[in-house]
Amino acid sequence: MQLTDSRTIKADINTVWSALLNADVLKECVPGCQEMAGSPETGFEAVVVQKVGPVKATFKGKVDLNDMNPPNSLTIEGAGKGGAAGFAKGAADVKLEADGDSTILHYDVEAKVGGKLAQLGSRIIDGFAKKMADEFFTRFQNALEEPEDDEQETDAEEETAKKGWFKRLVS
Amino acid sequence: MPKDGGIGASSKRREDLRFLTGKGKYTDDINLQGQAYAYFIRSDVAHGTINSIDTSAAEKMPGVEQIFTAKDFEGVGGVPCGWQVTDRHGEVMQEPKHPVLAEGKVRHVGDPIAVVVADSLAEARDAAEAVEIDITELEPVLNMKDALKDGATKVHDDLTSNLCYDWGFVEENREAVDEAIKGAHHVTTLELKNNRLVANPMEPRVAVAEFDSSTEEYTLYTTSQNPHVIRLLMGAFVLGIPEHRLRVVAPDVGGGFGAKIYHYAEEAFCTFAAKQVGRPVKWTSSRSEAFMSDAHGRDHVTKIELAMDKDGHFLALRTDTHANMGAYLSTFAPSIPTWLHGTLMAGNYKTPLIYVNVKAVFTNTVPVDAYRGAGRPEATFQLERVVDKAAREMGIDPIEIRRRNFITEFPYATPVAVEYDTGDYHATMDKLLEMSDHAGFDKRAEESKKNGKLRGFGIAHYIEACGIAPSNLVGQLGARAGLYESATVRVNATGSISVMTGSHSHGQGHETSFAQVVADMIGIDEQQIDIVHGDTSKTPMGMGTYGSRSIAVGGSAMVRATEKIIAKAKKIAAHLMEASEGDIELKDGAFTVAGTDKSVAWGDVTLAAYVPHNYPLEEIEPGLEETAFYDPANFTYPSGAYGCEVEVDPETGKVTVLGFSAADDFGNIINPMIVEGQVHGGLAQGIGQALVENCAYDENGQLLSGSYMDYTMPRADDLPMFNVDHSSITPCTHNPLGVKGCGEAGAIGSPPALVSAVVDALQRAGHDVTHIDMPLTPDRVWAAMNS
Repeated sequence: MQLTDSRTIKADINTVWSALLNADVLKECVPGCQEMAGSPETGFEAVVVQKVGPVKATFKGKVDLNDMNPPNSLTIEGAGKGGAAGFAKGAADVKLEADGDSTILHYDVEAKVGGKLAQLGSRIIDGFAKKMADEFFTRFQNALEEPEDDEQETDAEEETAKKGWFKRLVS
Repeated sequence: MPKDGGIGASSKRREDLRFLTGKGKYTDDINLQGQAYAYFIRSDVAHGTINSIDTSAAEKMPGVEQIFTAKDFEGVGGVPCGWQVTDRHGEVMQEPKHPVLAEGKVRHVGDPIAVVVADSLAEARDAAEAVEIDITELEPVLNMKDALKDGATKVHDDLTSNLCYDWGFVEENREAVDEAIKGAHHVTTLELKNNRLVANPMEPRVAVAEFDSSTEEYTLYTTSQNPHVIRLLMGAFVLGIPEHRLRVVAPDVGGGFGAKIYHYAEEAFCTFAAKQVGRPVKWTSSRSEAFMSDAHGRDHVTKIELAMDKDGHFLALRTDTHANMGAYLSTFAPSIPTWLHGTLMAGNYKTPLIYVNVKAVFTNTVPVDAYRGAGRPEATFQLERVVDKAAREMGIDPIEIRRRNFITEFPYATPVAVEYDTGDYHATMDKLLEMSDHAGFDKRAEESKKNGKLRGFGIAHYIEACGIAPSNLVGQLGARAGLYESATVRVNATGSISVMTGSHSHGQGHETSFAQVVADMIGIDEQQIDIVHGDTSKTPMGMGTYGSRSIAVGGSAMVRATEKIIAKAKKIAAHLMEASEGDIELKDGAFTVAGTDKSVAWGDVTLAAYVPHNYPLEEIEPGLEETAFYDPANFTYPSGAYGCEVEVDPETGKVTVLGFSAADDFGNIINPMIVEGQVHGGLAQGIGQALVENCAYDENGQLLSGSYMDYTMPRADDLPMFNVDHSSITPCTHNPLGVKGCGEAGAIGSPPALVSAVVDALQRAGHDVTHIDMPLTPDRVWAAMNS
């Protein structure tokens, strides 16, 4: 299964780059992530709880950052075992491109699933993976961007608290 | 007038009372005192090297008795294969070891790696989560043709390649066939796939085993079609347990369809582990496990060429088939694409020259073995499809081209080494055309057209080799067992009878039909006869039920044993009536002296046998119990004509089966209602294969159709009301009942009829479609119409 897309993030390329290497950001952005520890050099250990169709499982796995070319590109590789649910693994080639004050993040994801996930979830796995990727990059975008002025009033307080938290942290 | 008892009567299935009221006793209903539960940890990758298995954390989990890996099976044999095929160069097939638990490598998704035995299934599953298994994935071998290329990744490192065998049949005909094809007026070529199927019996596999340390005896309860075969294979080849210390029981079994013939690792595991842990061990397959551990069926890729003269007479036939063996050789696997497939390539036709080439290939998939029909559906499908295509290319009616080539004289020796004893193919064809109102088809097609639908009619004529099999013949062909059958007829003192048969009933209704045969021979009520099967401690050594063999081989053994009973009973009756043995006649359950009014009832004779106060003790022994083993002289050759009428929705490609007619020649019929039921079941599975069923793997060797969400089973609304007839009878000439067998026919004849019907519908509407691979799902049909 392959996914190719890009996002424009309202943050400069160096901010985006350092966010990608930050365990706290990754934890916040990976949907269902319970734990994320480690460093870009040694890789990250992660625990993710996810439900794919009828299969719910706790995936324990490792995320490695390879082919690092700061601040322009890297490969994020992850593999998780979900016990009886099977396994999931994938690699994302990420390229960053400065665009004025913003950064365009290109990603090219290849993902594989095995075991019960493949047996029960094959017909829904593509949609699931796309949803996961969308959610990851949306959260990533939110972590980096300033809150928009025209933000809806509803939940505005909470949203403001979340939005741009990483940027505030590093600026 | 229909009979109300005995041979030819539609006696109601006595076993249905318990099945339909939930009182059947299946293996999973057996729970032994103190039993532990086994949970298998299976590979979730198709191909990989096992680096380590760490069970230390799991062993400390609550309720865990023991965790087993391949290390525990070092002194134990592999799961054996029961057939050795010799290839076209005179070499025996490549035969890899099939360990009970994976040794060093995993070779398919579902390959068992370790087993947790615990107090409860929940605890076993929890502990399994804590077993750490490190596997390095290897490139999976999936495509059969790629698997045979030089330098291809090997499924088994210790074999020279992924080729199990390269079989040529009949090798001596090869050049003559090539020549005939070269010089022929017309050659029709067809490339096709016979889709991989999962058998899906309603009851998944189960094994419960115990070891009695006081007597050193093992008992295995298992879902098997042939408990004696399991005892022999597991006892002699895997665990080294002599037969007298091993009892195998297959109680009520909820469907087999071939998948429960084979000896599986889980049975050996439970039997082995029961002794190791000192308590009974039970394993019940989940449906998910069944998909990835029950042997699959079919999976052939074939190119077939049919050469004809200008009048459509068949001159020569050549086939080139790749047959998927999966990762290991299941019990009968090598024989399916060879001796149960190549030998049937003549079909119903007098094609003088035939050459069949089969390359059996190892891949990283679940092992493939017999599934209802076993090799014969694959043969029939390709032959009937190429004949249909040839008719259309030659501009000859598909019925006429078949008639022009039918074998009409019997016995007939085919160029593929079998001799058909009887048959009348024109008769079954005539019957089919009448049943299916073929004459009215054009009118119905017009109606469909008015409704915006495309109507088509497809025909198939099949032959099968059943009643397997003559032991001396199969021995020459590589079988490592004989294929006789046995029966013990035990007449009790009051005249009731227990028949212990080596056949096994798992839906076939033997308890009813076998009783009808014995009742008919003696002239007593069927209710006096009980059929005992499925327990090695009760029944004589028998080879079980598959290949439509039970009535032809098992029934014949029962007839022979009953003949011995009657002969002895006549001696006793002669003594009781002070008459000459030669004058004694048995009719309607009474012995009479010919030409007199002297008579003695069946019950008086049987009582005398067990209370021998007035008895010829100096001439014969007391008691009335006889055993017979029957080894058939030939296969039996059921045949039939099948017709399928479909409507295709041109907007969606959806196929609706409007009518299905089956005119079979099964030889003599014991119970017409049971025969009809067998044909119905076969048709449902054949139509299932042709229309909806498909076992799919992705490019990584992951099983995609691993549940009923993705593996479609045929449902009642996919099927029409069946029109079934078996009044065209040419009795088998070499067994005492004149029977041929009916269990697989429906699944053999129906797929080509359905595919040809769809092709017919599309061609009538002007689409240039000559073949669509099964299953004919709407997307495939639509794509074919719009390509």
